[in-house]
Amino acid sequence: MTPAIELIRIDKRFGSVHANKDVSLAIAPGSIHGIIGENGAGKSTLMSILFGFYHADSGEIRVKGKPVRIKSPSDAIALGIGMVHQHFMLVEPFTVLENVVIGAEGGTLIGPALSRARAELTRLAKDYELEVDPDAIVGELPVGLQQRVEILKALFKGAETLILDEPTGVLTPDEADHLFRILRTLKDQGKTVILITHKLREIMAITDRVSVMRRGELVATRETKATTVEELAELMVGRHVLLRVEKGPSKPGETVLEVKNLTWKDRKGIPRVDNVSFTLRKGEILGIAGVSGNGQSELLDVIAGIARPASGQVIFEGKDIGILGDPRHVRAEGLAHVPEDRQHRGLIGSFDAAESAILGWHHLDSLGKGYRLDRDKVIARAKVEMEEFDVRPPDPLLKSSKFSGGNQQKLIIAREIKSNPDLLIVGQPTRGVDIGAIEYIHKRIIQLRDEGKAVLLVSVELDEIRSLSDRILVMFAGRVMGERGPGADERELGLLMAGVSKDAA
Amino acid sequence: MNLYIELLASTIRMSVPLILACIAGLWSERAGIVDIGLEGKMLIAAFIAASASAVLGSAWIGLFCAILASLSFALVHGYAAINQRGNQVVSGVAINMLAAGLAVVLGNEWFREGGRTPALPPEGRFLPLHFPALDELPVIGPLVRVFLEHSVLAYAAFALVPLTAWALARTRFGLRLRAVGENPHAVDTAGISVAALRYRAVIIAGVLCGVAGAYISTSLSSSFVRDMTAGGGFMALAALIFANWRAWPALGACLLFGFLQAVGNFAQGASIGGFQIPVQFINMLPYVLTVVLLAGFIGKSAPPKASGIPYVKDR
Repeated sequence: MTPAIELIRIDKRFGSVHANKDVSLAIAPGSIHGIIGENGAGKSTLMSILFGFYHADSGEIRVKGKPVRIKSPSDAIALGIGMVHQHFMLVEPFTVLENVVIGAEGGTLIGPALSRARAELTRLAKDYELEVDPDAIVGELPVGLQQRVEILKALFKGAETLILDEPTGVLTPDEADHLFRILRTLKDQGKTVILITHKLREIMAITDRVSVMRRGELVATRETKATTVEELAELMVGRHVLLRVEKGPSKPGETVLEVKNLTWKDRKGIPRVDNVSFTLRKGEILGIAGVSGNGQSELLDVIAGIARPASGQVIFEGKDIGILGDPRHVRAEGLAHVPEDRQHRGLIGSFDAAESAILGWHHLDSLGKGYRLDRDKVIARAKVEMEEFDVRPPDPLLKSSKFSGGNQQKLIIAREIKSNPDLLIVGQPTRGVDIGAIEYIHKRIIQLRDEGKAVLLVSVELDEIRSLSDRILVMFAGRVMGERGPGADERELGLLMAGVSKDAA
Repeated sequence: MNLYIELLASTIRMSVPLILACIAGLWSERAGIVDIGLEGKMLIAAFIAASASAVLGSAWIGLFCAILASLSFALVHGYAAINQRGNQVVSGVAINMLAAGLAVVLGNEWFREGGRTPALPPEGRFLPLHFPALDELPVIGPLVRVFLEHSVLAYAAFALVPLTAWALARTRFGLRLRAVGENPHAVDTAGISVAALRYRAVIIAGVLCGVAGAYISTSLSSSFVRDMTAGGGFMALAALIFANWRAWPALGACLLFGFLQAVGNFAQGASIGGFQIPVQFINMLPYVLTVVLLAGFIGKSAPPKASGIPYVKDR
């Protein structure tokens, strides 16, 4: 059978970065083809070339066997290729209908296009379980529905091949399941789906075939049925990786942190953290699960002293640190914080690694007396930390922004762990981090626990929460929906994340 | 009674350049290009309109040249903002300074009257239309006249408001233009050129500022004098923010600011309890009220999200 899409010897460089090296790939029509690889492996670049967003330096693209030139997204759309980007390409103040018709208005006035789109949306909703209110303002829709609008946009423009770039990153497990049902229906109706992801489980669950990319190269293509998670992980990283976190049972000691009836309200007076209580003991990892935006970030901010609680207490080693409302004092008490957003809060991109490695601890006397900062000491300290935590390259003078996500994260974790905290609070420790680095970061977190420290872990990755935590709290709409053990059933956690609780009654 | 009618007529006249400039800014900013160079574009247009009209003896040629001048400034701004991804505020400030200086230098060189242009004869100006039939009408004649006896440029300005509102809401161009001001990435991935859309918006703004400038020097007045736009471009920007970047509210805001300017003109020489109010205070009034209105009366302003941010194709 003629492939729906064929990429032949695609090569692309961005300056000194060789993003795609001689990549050849054939996608069978009516199939779901996964492309997996670590961050920076070149998956998104390859698909952006297919969609006309970038141009290949050399190589050929064939659609249904015919060589084509794709100079811009409009060429790709005309050839029946649609793309759902990782960051949605939606105009938020517009209605669903308006978003769908942009670029396919078919005339000077948009009235006729809007009525055509309304009819088409009704049909697509029936055929593919893609129900969305056509008159809703897109910015007010939950992310799961916004993603549907993206798929509708592509289908309305006549997409035969649909590319999805990391589509499940923002979805609850339930929403992801719904998406997979939609993708299967699309396949049954003869559409071709290309799924870019770094999540092995998704590949196994939904694809027919899978291609693995590593450092710009396409290293293997396998029938999904004929491969295993272990094999794919090894292909991705280039060495054997441990997918399961190895850890012994926890030996909880005395209580380190006690959060009592904590509430935090945003500027509009809406409680984002709503009457939250829990305790955390030494030698224990407490995981907080939840879909992004359900109060976890705000909870971390309050505990770290960045935000002041509206009511309630944060008792750390017998002292209420909530009233301090100042991260420096909170840190002085023995609390370390690895923030969720490392680009904005974890480090400063334009600082060199040595400078980023002392942020928040710059006032320590070990780094210089009084107003003076001893640069030699700063660099020496960074060098030690970078070697111990396997930050690559171990160059303290390299700009922070030049490190990969995983190495930036290792740098931050090194800084925080080296402060010898009694409690480490860590948000999204492995977001945008490669599998190899994930393995290492998880090992360090477990090690910290085994040294008798307490860890509060917030992550939107349910797998990460389940494999690291000794206890799991699930947050929804600012409230704690329930507590579960590490062996908790995934479906049950998923329901709690969606706000469905048997406990709450 | 007569005073009120005069005030009303003056309000309409003063509003015209504000409306033209405000709608110019609206097109530009809804496409995501911040335009604080409205003032400079109007000023150079006012100067060129008066000069060309004085030399060539036709208001229409003056208007045409004014539009070309304003357009060339707009394209410079477009090149800096769209192609070079420069800071749009800096580029706008540069245009204002360039226009202010250029008008005086060229005016001196061409006419040697200290930056003024020669007084224009009637055929060199856009004069108010005259409807003799209204003279026959008792009582309501003068009132109707206030609304009807304006120059064609004023008619154009008022017609522009519904046209803009309709085009933005109902046409393909309007939809795409609004989209590019909110999220240019969405437009690019839909296969539409961001740069082309933004250039069209900048061109519209240039043309409208050209008309505004020509109105100031060849209709409101009969020659160009230095700094004659007197901050009108900034007042138009204030009106635009006040109106939340929407066409009909922009009309309201411009009429209000035009009214304040008219009051300022009429109140000159007024005195309170024997104390004569200095002219400067009266002239200050519209500006002070602008600041007060902007500071206190608009709740949440919602500018186009991508406004002022150069589009870089990247993920």
